[in-house]
Amino acid sequence: MAAVSIRNVYKSFGDVKVIQGISMDVADGEFVVIVGPSGCGKSTLLRMVAGLETISSGEIAIGGRVVNDLQPKDRNIAMVFQNYALYPHMSVHDNMAYGLKISGMSKSEIAARVNRAADILELSKLLKRRPRELSGGQRQRVAMGRAIVREPTVFLFDEPLSNLDAKLRVQMREELQALHQRLRTTTLYVTHDQVEAMTLAQRMLVMSIGKTEQIGAPLEVYTKPATIFVAGFIGSPPMNLVPGRLDEAGAALVGEGGARIQLPQAYPELGARSLTLGVRPEHLEACADKDALLELQVDFIELLGSDSLVHGHIGADKGRTRVTARLHASVKARNGRTSLRFSAENLHLFDSETGKRFEA
Amino acid sequence: MTPRLWKAGATHAALITLVLLITFPVVYAVIVSTLSFQQAYVYPPRLVPGTELWHNVVEAWDRVHMGRLFFVTSVISVGTAVVKIILSLMAAFAYTHFRFRGRALLFPMTMITQMLPLPVRILPTYELMASFHWINSYSALMFPFFASTTGILLFRQFFLTVPRDMTDAARMDGAGPLRYFLDILVPLSRTNIAALFVIEFIYMWSQYLWPLIVTNTEDMRVVQIGIKMLIATDQISPAWNVIMAGTIIAMLPPLVVLMVFRKSFAEGIAMQSQK
Repeated sequence: MAAVSIRNVYKSFGDVKVIQGISMDVADGEFVVIVGPSGCGKSTLLRMVAGLETISSGEIAIGGRVVNDLQPKDRNIAMVFQNYALYPHMSVHDNMAYGLKISGMSKSEIAARVNRAADILELSKLLKRRPRELSGGQRQRVAMGRAIVREPTVFLFDEPLSNLDAKLRVQMREELQALHQRLRTTTLYVTHDQVEAMTLAQRMLVMSIGKTEQIGAPLEVYTKPATIFVAGFIGSPPMNLVPGRLDEAGAALVGEGGARIQLPQAYPELGARSLTLGVRPEHLEACADKDALLELQVDFIELLGSDSLVHGHIGADKGRTRVTARLHASVKARNGRTSLRFSAENLHLFDSETGKRFEA
Repeated sequence: MTPRLWKAGATHAALITLVLLITFPVVYAVIVSTLSFQQAYVYPPRLVPGTELWHNVVEAWDRVHMGRLFFVTSVISVGTAVVKIILSLMAAFAYTHFRFRGRALLFPMTMITQMLPLPVRILPTYELMASFHWINSYSALMFPFFASTTGILLFRQFFLTVPRDMTDAARMDGAGPLRYFLDILVPLSRTNIAALFVIEFIYMWSQYLWPLIVTNTEDMRVVQIGIKMLIATDQISPAWNVIMAGTIIAMLPPLVVLMVFRKSFAEGIAMQSQK
């Protein structure tokens, strides 16, 4: 097992800068998820750790050893790919044994390792099958088995669950967690799915186009998003973000079209400033008119059973000030309008220019 | 009968007519090969098989030393097909998996040399063979056919469909380029290899013009020339029954090859058209 250290890493393909200075220290045995939208460079970052892409500048160290110039096979790591990348003409056993065979390991040792991995992943009965005779979940397990038998110091996962159906994905997520608890191997896991990131990660690295947006534990990222990007990306349905200007007293935000949101407490030090207010749909609650911080004009309601998603807008400009509230199903929106409030601890304020969070 | 049955009946009738039309020359050749010399000349032509097949086959076999012809043709057909497949696999691997100086130029050049039909290249190629002192040798019969655009294209298109993840997985497993080629790409190309083998074997087995030009001794003749030799020029009336018997024998090896590789061949061709 080993720690991974990414130090100020850059990557360009020709003139296109894909990774623009990312640094992160992954502790020994830690499960870190790299999450971001498609095309943000997260897979490229992982492939640089794997040694499948060269590093334009910066350093990557695994177990204290700089690996910039080492071949993938010499980095003591294993990778699981999105499309499983199993060898179609080899049996499950041979798929797992292939890398070990190349490394010149003895037959008895190979057999022992493959059997142990097959045991952990419940593949023992499938060892003679070809990949095409397996289900999606089984193929995914073989791909993991191929990584396990190498007994690597670091596991790399590149969107390993995105080809599975929703139910299987949840199941494999549990299995991945169980596997990590059992093996305690340092893991870097790339996904675009923020739910996967939240549920699997001990810490997560949120990326947008080649840059770090935030590094932190899932709950920390959820409760204190560092930037507008993170606020909008993590959480489902996404956080309501209303751009506007605070009044002189710092007690209310005035958005476009006269949209007005009263703040639960005044922030005089931020008075008369342009900023973006954020509050999550699940943190809005219905209240009596006299307690209202904002008045939502309801456009439509999605019934989810236990909750309803109430979509609407505030002020006259329907496009710019859309707000969604997740309310208990028993709450009825009156006259197409509903009064809402939220608490100060659930309020997020961001600088509209830089996108950075204001720490109150 | 319902309109649907009429339609099905008409379709079948048309198809059956077409099949009869296409197979008739072969069927007629088989029939003639079973007749005696006189029967082959009756008018109107006789369409009922006779009893002289074995006699005709032996006659044809002995008259042009078919054994030797078969041996020479088998060597060049199998040899050329195998070398062609190996070279095509390696060239396609280079073109798809490596960036090297001149790649963009080399690929179209390979194509262009192959696009010229044989008759255009025949004189310069003959000159070349003669300057190597290769006339009447297997080398002359085989060498000009080794490079294959068809083969390179076939494997190139297939290699392009192999997912990048698989290449990466092999790299993670520590497989170098040659190892990846031999352990992963070649086994995956199995059906394409079979398809190319069938095509190239039949192509070489049917060669007539080139062998006729670069060989001039009895012992280096190929099967197709043998058939021509059965039509001896000093006879006023050629023995069609014997000639057809020779033709039937000459058809058998390609038929056997096709039967043996039929399944893989069909898969290989189907795979190409799917992608």
